[in-house]
Amino acid sequence: MSTDSKFHHGQVTVDAQPILEMHDIRKHFGNIIALAGVSFDIKPGECHCLLGDNGAGKSTFIKTMSGVHQPSAGKMLINGQERVLESPRDAMESGIATVFQDLAMIPLMSVTRNFFMGREPTIGRGLTKRFDVKTANEITMEQMRKMGINLRGPDQAVGTLSGGERQTVAIARAVYFGAKVLILDEPTSALGVRQTSNVLATIDRVRSEGVGVVFISHNVRHALAVGDRFTVLNRGKTLGTATRGEISPEELQDLMAGGQELAKMEGSLGGTV
Amino acid sequence: MSDINPSHLDERIKAESLVTRLMKRPELGAIAGVVLLLIFFLITADPAMFSLSGVINFMTPASQLGILAIGAALLMIGGEFDLSIGSMIAFAGLFFGVCLVNWGLPLIAAIPMTLIFAAFFGAVNGTIVLRSGLPSFIVTLAGLFIFRGLALVGLKVATDGSTQLRGVREAIEGDWLAPIFSGDAFQGLFLWLAEQGWVDTFKSGAPKVTGIPVEIIWFLIFAIAATYFLLRTPAGNWIFAAGGDKVAASNSGVPVKSVKTSLFMLTACCAAFVAIITVLDAGSTDARRGFMKEFEAIIAAVIGGCLLTGGYGSAIGAFFGSIIFGMVVIGLTYTDFDQDWFQVFLGGMLLVAVLFNNAIRKRVTGER
Repeated sequence: MSTDSKFHHGQVTVDAQPILEMHDIRKHFGNIIALAGVSFDIKPGECHCLLGDNGAGKSTFIKTMSGVHQPSAGKMLINGQERVLESPRDAMESGIATVFQDLAMIPLMSVTRNFFMGREPTIGRGLTKRFDVKTANEITMEQMRKMGINLRGPDQAVGTLSGGERQTVAIARAVYFGAKVLILDEPTSALGVRQTSNVLATIDRVRSEGVGVVFISHNVRHALAVGDRFTVLNRGKTLGTATRGEISPEELQDLMAGGQELAKMEGSLGGTV
Repeated sequence: MSDINPSHLDERIKAESLVTRLMKRPELGAIAGVVLLLIFFLITADPAMFSLSGVINFMTPASQLGILAIGAALLMIGGEFDLSIGSMIAFAGLFFGVCLVNWGLPLIAAIPMTLIFAAFFGAVNGTIVLRSGLPSFIVTLAGLFIFRGLALVGLKVATDGSTQLRGVREAIEGDWLAPIFSGDAFQGLFLWLAEQGWVDTFKSGAPKVTGIPVEIIWFLIFAIAATYFLLRTPAGNWIFAAGGDKVAASNSGVPVKSVKTSLFMLTACCAAFVAIITVLDAGSTDARRGFMKEFEAIIAAVIGGCLLTGGYGSAIGAFFGSIIFGMVVIGLTYTDFDQDWFQVFLGGMLLVAVLFNNAIRKRVTGER
């Protein structure tokens, strides 16, 4: 996929207020410094890519954003208000949803049952209070259609979906339940070409609804295909943020690798990394 | 994406045939089993097996097992096992007998106390499993021996050295709750049917079948209630989720621990319920009561489509699984076969069911 992708990109007004801001976040685990000052922000309707090689601190950072870890130092602002997220549930209530790599999906259960797992709509009162299967099925089918997935039926098991479709169900679920910021942890890392483009298309759809998407990846091409801004993380620090068009894939790749070694190799690989 | 057109159906999705759709129902295997057995016994057995009294003959043991199996099925769907339920029948039966005979309590007090008693031990089992993270198989295997032993020791204490506690029938004489938990239901209806000449009667004009044993009615109520609960309540969804993947479930906000603990309590209560019915029926309780029932209940649940790994199965499947059990155990006495073949039969059915379920699971999850 070339730099100029077929996806349209988010129309972010430059001075829009960020939904989520992270200022100079530090995180220490005992004597290990996992994050040594990371700054990051996400605006409504944009896709902000967080790039970094393995061990750069991406996982720690997203766990801090999603309330799993509390930062050792640094400020976190939600809609301009300073906040401390106590737990993932706290983060979800503030509109920050994270889709981790395991997706929190159960293959043996139907798409509907997965979609509403833990948040089942009910009908009736008292003893007749029951799972409103009809509404749940309708909502699921509709949301899936919006995301471009045609289910055989709402009772189709998640296990029969492809990896990309599962990712899309997880994203649709997060958005349906009110995510304002959607953090996607390596959503394309285990997918084939076609499924990857499906997921990128999903990201595009979600963004057009005004959700801020944080796209974590170590694949520059996937990031460039859909991202509006790019922040590179290396050895626990932000190396800088670039807007789309300001930076070439080669430069991004170099930043991620932390400098020269890969650049040298790239010649022999013919730019295929 | 340009190549996805939401208004069109995906051209690669074939319309599913009815057979394929049926194949995906967890209870299909059990229903097929019932049909096959019906054909088998229609050919080999004495026609008396399918008279009204014959049907009640095999439905009675099926019901006693079925109440247990439905509890076991819910627990299996929730991803856990309970091997202690057979012993729990004896243990709860002892407690129930002591309530009635030694303490002279009425049924209205003794029944809830027995259920709470069993639920408490179910909760202990569940708490140990969840706190320790050990497989429920091994924790409840310990329970199997502990409860059986306690039942034996307790009986000796309660009866001064005997392993049987008698006098239950006298203790409940005239208790208004007794007809709900023992004897036959709809006796008036059967008398009336006999008068009309629609059911078989003795020469005196009394019907040969005086009514439907209450356990059959309870069995039906349990099956319907459990199926409704599983498929039509949020808690039912949590059971599937907790059994399917407990990490994913709890990340999605399902209270996995309380779901599982409640299921252990429910299974123990089902065992206590069977104890109550059988103790009232026999008029006594003994330490051998419920022997091997835990395995029979698991067999019925597995024949009914429950996966050993959890997250899949049905209560209605366990219902049919129990009927299969009753038909095989009682049905063989109507044939020329030696009745002891039933164990071979049951083991064979279990093996076929497990192989079948495994194949189904692969289809459902799309494993290749």
